[in-house]
Formats: sequence, C-alpha cells, structure tokens
Amino acid sequence: MSTAPARITYREACREAIRAAILADPRVFLMGEDVGRYGGCYAVTKGLLEELGEARIRDTPLSESAFVGAGIGAAIAGLRPIVEVMTCNFSLLALDQILNNAATIPHMSGGQFAVPLVIRMATGAGRQLAAQHSHSLEGWFAHIPGLRILAPATIEDARHMLAAALADPNPVLIFEHIMLYNMEGELDPAVQGVDIASARIRRPGHDVTLVTYGGSLFKTLDAAEALAREGIESEVIDLRVLRPLDTATIMQSVARTRRVVIVDEGWRSGSLSAEVAMRIMEEAFFELDAPIRRVCSREVPIPYAAHLEQAALPQPGSIAEAARGLARPAP
Amino acid sequence: MSTKVHLDRAHGLRLLREMLRIRRFEGKCAELYQAQKIRGFLHLYDGQEAVAVGVMQALGPEDAVVGTYREHGQALARGIPMGPLMAEMFGMQEGVCRGRGGSMHIFDHGRRFCGGNAIVGAGLPLALGFALADRMQGRQAVTACFFGEGAADEGEFHESMNLAALWRLPVLFVCENNLYSMGTPLGIAEAETSIWHKAAGYRMGGEAVDGMDPVAVEVAARRAVERIRADGTPHFLECRTYRFRAHSMFDAQLYRTKEEIEAWRAKDPIPRLRDWMERAGHLHAGDMERLEAEVEQEVAEAVAFAEAGTLEPVEELERFVTMDEVPQ
Amino acid sequence: MPSLGADMEAGTLVEWKVAPGERVHRGDIVAVVETQKGAIEIEIFEDGVLRDLVVAPGSRVPVGALLARLDVAAGGPPPALSAAAPAAPPRAAAPAPVPPPPPPIAMPPASRHRVTPAARRRAAALGLPLEGLRGTGVEGAICLADLPQAPPRRSSGFDPVGMRKAIAAAMGRSKREIPHYYLSQTVDLTPGLERLARLNAGRAPPERLLPAAMMLHAAARAVAETPELNGFWENDAFRAAEGVHVGWAVALRGGGLVAPAIRDADRLSLDALMVAMRDLVARARGGGLRGSELTDATITVTSLGDRGAESVLPIIHPPQVTILGFGRIVERPWVVAGAVVPRRVATLTLAGDHRASDGHRGGLLLARIEALLQKPEEP
Repeated sequence: MSTAPARITYREACREAIRAAILADPRVFLMGEDVGRYGGCYAVTKGLLEELGEARIRDTPLSESAFVGAGIGAAIAGLRPIVEVMTCNFSLLALDQILNNAATIPHMSGGQFAVPLVIRMATGAGRQLAAQHSHSLEGWFAHIPGLRILAPATIEDARHMLAAALADPNPVLIFEHIMLYNMEGELDPAVQGVDIASARIRRPGHDVTLVTYGGSLFKTLDAAEALAREGIESEVIDLRVLRPLDTATIMQSVARTRRVVIVDEGWRSGSLSAEVAMRIMEEAFFELDAPIRRVCSREVPIPYAAHLEQAALPQPGSIAEAARGLARPAP
Repeated sequence: MSTKVHLDRAHGLRLLREMLRIRRFEGKCAELYQAQKIRGFLHLYDGQEAVAVGVMQALGPEDAVVGTYREHGQALARGIPMGPLMAEMFGMQEGVCRGRGGSMHIFDHGRRFCGGNAIVGAGLPLALGFALADRMQGRQAVTACFFGEGAADEGEFHESMNLAALWRLPVLFVCENNLYSMGTPLGIAEAETSIWHKAAGYRMGGEAVDGMDPVAVEVAARRAVERIRADGTPHFLECRTYRFRAHSMFDAQLYRTKEEIEAWRAKDPIPRLRDWMERAGHLHAGDMERLEAEVEQEVAEAVAFAEAGTLEPVEELERFVTMDEVPQ
Repeated sequence: MPSLGADMEAGTLVEWKVAPGERVHRGDIVAVVETQKGAIEIEIFEDGVLRDLVVAPGSRVPVGALLARLDVAAGGPPPALSAAAPAAPPRAAAPAPVPPPPPPIAMPPASRHRVTPAARRRAAALGLPLEGLRGTGVEGAICLADLPQAPPRRSSGFDPVGMRKAIAAAMGRSKREIPHYYLSQTVDLTPGLERLARLNAGRAPPERLLPAAMMLHAAARAVAETPELNGFWENDAFRAAEGVHVGWAVALRGGGLVAPAIRDADRLSLDALMVAMRDLVARARGGGLRGSELTDATITVTSLGDRGAESVLPIIHPPQVTILGFGRIVERPWVVAGAVVPRRVATLTLAGDHRASDGHRGGLLLARIEALLQKPEEP
C-alpha cells in the first residue's frame, strides 16, 4: 500500500468504506432507496452494484419502515446490514423501527438480542433543497438510549467510522452532511481506523472553546481562523460522536478556556446544543468565566431561496461574532 | 416436516393439551391481574388458541417467530416454558426477559421468538429481516409472523407485504383476524374485510382458514410452510378467530354484544376438538380429567416459580441499554 | 374490588349478580362494576358459596376493598371475593378545600454585580470580597481577569504562570485597545532629596522616607488637581474617579508585579504615605492584599528605583487612563541660574489614553508634579 496521502473526496471516502466493509465480511450488505442502479441520491454508492452484485447492494422500494425494520431483523438474525436512508427527513418514516425496535429490543429482551445495524443518512442544508430535504435531525436521534450517533466531518472519519460502526454490537446511525460530499482532502494511508467514542480537538486554542460537529465543523474552523487574526485563539472541538457524548474532552477544554460557543445546525430549542450546554453546566459550571453562547439554525423550516437558506444557518461570521463577544467583551 | 396431518390420538391429545395449557395459564393470569400480581396491560388470547397451536405444528426449531402483544399463546405454543413466562409477568428477573418486557414483550433467543411486539404492524419488517438473513446465509428456515387484522390498516403492512413478495422472502404471514382492533370492528376499519385477498395485490399466495379449528390451521400452515421452503415465496394465512375476553383487562366491551360473544363461544376450539376426538374414539374416559390435572399442576408450578422469583437489582437498570457483544 | 387496569383506582358496584347463600363457580359473573371505561362484569375465580355481600350497589370503593365473602367449597378460610391487598378506607367525600392563592413571589433585589462562576470560586478561594470589584467580562460581569491570578503566598503560594497570564491579558488588552500618547520630562529632584535627608536624619532605617514616597506624594497631589486624567474609560466614555487612589507598582520576587491601590493618596502626609507604601510592599510580597486594593486604583505610578533604567514608557492598566513612571535618579550636569552644576535628576514619563485626554492636559500634570517636587513642603 502506498504511504503517500491520497487526495479523495468525502463521497469517495464513504464509498470506499462501504466497499471495503462488504468485501471484508460476507455478513455485510447495503440496502436502501436507489443505492444500486441509480448510484445513490448523493452518488455515494455509484458503481458498487456493478462490482459487488445485487445480493450485497440492494435497491429497495420506497418503504423506509419496511427496509429499516428488515435491517433490524436481519441484524438480529446474524447479518451486518448497512441501511441507507436517503435523507434524515425520510428517516421519520422509519422512526418507529429505529426507536421502538432497534434501540429497544436489546434492553426489553433482557439482553437476549443485540441489533448490530448501521443506518447511514444524509443530513443538513445548503443545497437549496428546501424544507423537506434540508433538516438536521441527528439531535433527535441523540435523545434515544441504545443508539450510537456519529457525525463524520472529516474525510478520515468518513472513510473509517463505518468499519467501527459495523463492529459495534449496537445500532449505529451515521449522519453525513450533504455539504461535505464534495469536499476533497488527503487521506493518510497510515491511518487504518478511528474510534467512535471520542471527540477531537481540530484546532487548539486557549481563549474560547467552539464545540461543533458535522457540516458546521468547517464553518467553525473558518471562524477560528478569522478570530486568530484578531488575536483570539479558539479551540475547536469536533464532537464526532453525538451519543454517547465525550464530555471529558469538552470539560477539559472548558477548564482551559472557560468560554464556550456551541455551533449546531439543528434548531436551538431542545437541541443537541442545549444538551451540550447543560452538560457543561452540570460538570464544569465553576470553570466558566462567561455565559455559554450558541449558534444554531434559525427556528424556521429551511427555505429554498439561497439568501434565506444561508440566513437560516450558522455561518463563520455569526460563529466568530459569538466567540468575540465572550473572549473580548465590549467594555 | 410433512404437510400431511395424521390426526391420531397422540396428535389430537397434543393439540388439546397445548390449547388447554394456554387457556388455563391465561385464566390464572386474569386472576393474578385482578389480585395485582400482574400489572400493566394484559391482553388475553382466550379463544384464539387454535391459531398459535395450529401454526406452531408446522414449524421446526430452526424457524423463527415474530409475535404480537397478545402473544402468551404464541409463546407457549412455541415451547417457551410456563414458569419463566409467568415470572416475566410478575416482573421477576427469572422471567424470560428478566422482567423488563412483561406481558407484551416476550422474547426467547434460543427459540428464535422475537417479540412480543406492541407496536401494531412493526413486527412485520422484523420478520422480513429474519427471513432475509436466513436466505442470505443459506438456511432453509421460515419466519412465521403473527399479527392481528388491525395491522393490515398500517402502512407497514403494505410496505412489508410488497417487499417480502418482491424479494421472495420465506415469511409465513399469519393474520389473526379476531374482528376487532381493540374496540374497532373490522368493517369500519378496512375497505376489504377479507384480509387474505390483499395478498393477491402482491402476487402472494394466500388463503383464509377457520381459526377456531386447530386442525384446519395446522393443515393450512403445513401446506404454506412447505411451499415457502420449496420456492422461497412468502405466503399469507388469514385465521378467522375470536377473542372471548375483553381486549385488555380494563375494557367494558361496549363495542360488541353478549349474543355475539356467545355465538363465538359455541365454536370454542377446545370443546370442539374434544368432542370430535370423542366421536372419533381418540379420547378415552379420564383423558380430559388427566389433561386438566396435568395442566393445572403445570400452571400451579409456574405460579410458584414466579412467586419465588427475585427482583433484578436496581443497579442493573441500565444493563443492556447497549450491548457489549452480540449474543450467540 | 378487583383491579381491572393499571390506571383504575376505584370502582362503583352497580349490581350483584348473585345472592348470599348462592353457589358460585369459577368463571361465573358475580357482579357488575362501573369504571371510568364503562360497566365491567366481574368474574369469580373460586368455586364456593357466597356468604355475605359487604358492599352495597351504588357504593364506590377503592381497588382492593372487600366486596363479599365466599365460603370455598373445599373448606379452608373464606377468601375475600377479591384476592387483592387489604382494603384502604373509603375516601372522605368532603369537598376539597380551595387552596389559598399563592403569595406573590417577592423578587430578589437586583444583583449589583454579575460574577462568573469561575471568578466567584476564585474570589472565595482568595477570601476576596466581591464588593467594589469592577467587571470587565461579558455584560460587565466580574470575571477572572478582574481578580488577582494567584492566591496570596500565605495561602497557597505564588503562581508565576497565573501572574504572567494576568499581566499578559491586561497588557495585551491595553496595547490592543488604548491609543497611548507619551510625554516625558526630566525633573530636578535635588531640593526634595535634600529635604528627605533632613527628615531622615536621626531616623532608624526602617523609618526613613524613601525618594519613591516623595515622588508618589507629589504625583498624587498633582493628580488631584487634574481630574481629567484620574479615572476610567468605560462604555466608550471617560468617567472621572471619586478619589485619587494611586496604584503603586510593586515588583514581586518570583517575577511579575502588582499595582495595589493606596486609597486617597493625595490626602496622606509624606510619612503616612511612606507607611502605606511599606505596608503594601510587604503584603504584596508576603501575601495578604485585599481584593479592593487590587481593583481600586484610579491611576498607576511606577518607579524604577535605584537599579532601574533612566526612563520608562509605561503601559496603562485598563480601564485606567493614565500611568506615571519615574526613572532611576541620576546625577547630571544641570543649568541652574546660568551656571552648570551637578544635580540629581529623574525622568518622569506620562502615558495617557488618547481617547480620554490630550497631550496638553498631560503636559500640565507633568508640570505640576515638577513644581511640587521643586518646592517640597516644609515640615
């Protein structure tokens, strides 16, 4: 294997992850709407049907509840399914299966049945797909005990989180932000795997902590860059795992910076950002030297028109402004 | 397993015993519910015994079963022992699910019995998954999926029927049509009240059978399972049956008449099989008394087992929310 | 009264289907009970003879209450009709008293200070009162930057790293935000020093007056006459201070420095000022500064002492607007009344916040300090 870093898109990293997983384990297969002949709504699975065959790349009817439920049953009965739900908005059609069966059966059966299932779905806004294709619902799923919720933001995570998810005996949901699919970057061939338990500090800093995940990571890093030019050094935490939360990494950072901005493309009310903020209140209240601030999506259905869509979402400017207000308060 | 039913004395007694076990077990459950030993929702199978008992005759240990929330009969007929079943209802850790599931959520890994599903219709996709796994891993197993006629109202019914037929999954759909989804009569919930006719819309074979006759159910189930094993296509069995008791314990039954209940009681599968066997000479003097005594003894032992049960320590409350490994 | 559902608490007996003395069989319907879900027939689970009916039709009784007694055919103690738990007494039918309206909620007085959790914890650890602290954090909250970084030595030892960070924060902010202007002037200290020598004659070393006290004394009195340079830049405006509380920069042995305030320094005699300075230096180095001393200063004065450089261009301590610095006292040729004579002089520098004042005003202050040093008051 070449040791030179390869340039690859996030989409290709997702595809390679699926391909490698299916080749590595006869129990693994992919099913979902338009994953085969069409090549995936976001072209993630393009070419896989031709290479891997219909048994392993299964086009399903538009039946989210049936094929997610079938994935649960198949996982219980010994397979390692990867189920693709086209966007997280459609996942609500399978919410009953995810919550009442996948997340519940292990505990309700007294530990008799595990559900080693992976569900991938696209999330987020930014492509003018309007309200029924643009929402960020990962925070809802992070509410549910029994699930592990992943938000790969980097090419490395897109490439390697899937294998770790398939090795987990529990249902794992992977949320891929649609704005990341075209992102290109280097994949270090020396890295052969990643954990699915910890958050990562993507940029160290000592003035303020910026907690984010998924599609907001790069907006947050842009904001951190702008802040650095003003002399404010922000520490950017990529949560990566939305459930269970790696609170230790957050609290250690808060203890250093004492100021926190949480960036979440989900809506503010009852959100993942609210959960992170409350964990900080519970575990690091006395470390805080300023109120916690949040930058979330505006509380509207994400609109179609580009200017309105962008106005509804967290942006580097709004993130930097929130951080500035904490690190350098107006006298 | 042969499709032919040899209804000899031994087999007749077996069917009779299985139905009696369910009937007496649940009679005791009703009593213990009113005495507050069993709590939560309790849905009794009283009257529908022929369905579970008949279908289970067609299944082997390699097959899988997905049940409903009215599943005590399905669980007992599948072979789940009575003691751990009763202990489950008592909420004891000696219960089949350590007391986590209760009446509506009976699971047994060893017997491939996956619920105990209390979301109507949600068991159907699970059954598809079992069948898909069996198919992909080269097992000849069939998954029997029980559901009430109310599940046919749900969108998941359509999704699952379509997918099962499309992918030729080895599923035996067992619709227990007892005419009421809770208190809503079939006629005001379904445009097509002959549920098995819906199967044709998916190019799936199906039939309706007298669900008050365990022999008729068994014959139909054996025929269906043999076909499923042979060509891999799913099959639909509508078992027309009736529950004699209320939907749950707290049900004034405002939605049906006493006359209707009495008319169905006249078709009670237990006396019906008993009388047939007597006429056919398969039931000898003292057989019924012996069966009743043995079943009563088994029920008493199950209650004693449950009474002697222990409570799972509260420290284990969060155990199995996530699993450390996949149980083999 | 049997329990028919998890949410059933009581039921009303509608009618008895059996009479006392009547034989009943398991499965018989013996009564009808009205519940919130309608009338439900009550089944009996024993064979036997009904002895007596305890509850009359129309009565509403809680779940578990005794309804009737049964003589079981097989003998043994007569079980209650319901095998439920012992009956709770029927509830009193008296109407529930109307609770009085809740008293109006007294609003707590508005807090004078917003204090961040971290600052509150540190202040408590330091034993510092929060009263009198000025907040520079978000929404004016007192934050860590408003507190001394290190606990006093007497408690937990000096924290040079924390001290350095505090200095870095304050000085960084000053240089980022404050447009400094600088004025400097070399002042002949000879008359003042001669006076000090007279005053110190016969005093033991610990009681002697130091040149720094003289400089501070002059500076404080001059500042009192120049209120435009004594105060704070806050909310984009200058706010004059109430008094002249001079922050006296004290270098610490472990590195770093603090500038605790001498309150109303302009009103202190030279001797009193000297006492205050000695006390302050001792407490700054040994621990025991009060929180208010660390935050009360309205202007800062620094003196480099006899081992320092000849002049200093000091950095203003925000939110103050002025700092004065004295260089080392040096002997230089000086023109006095047309003749070159050796004199002991020092360079006095003023750094001013140009947002709050202009160089002209600063120049007036320097001139006034010089004048006071030239004409030291006689005892």
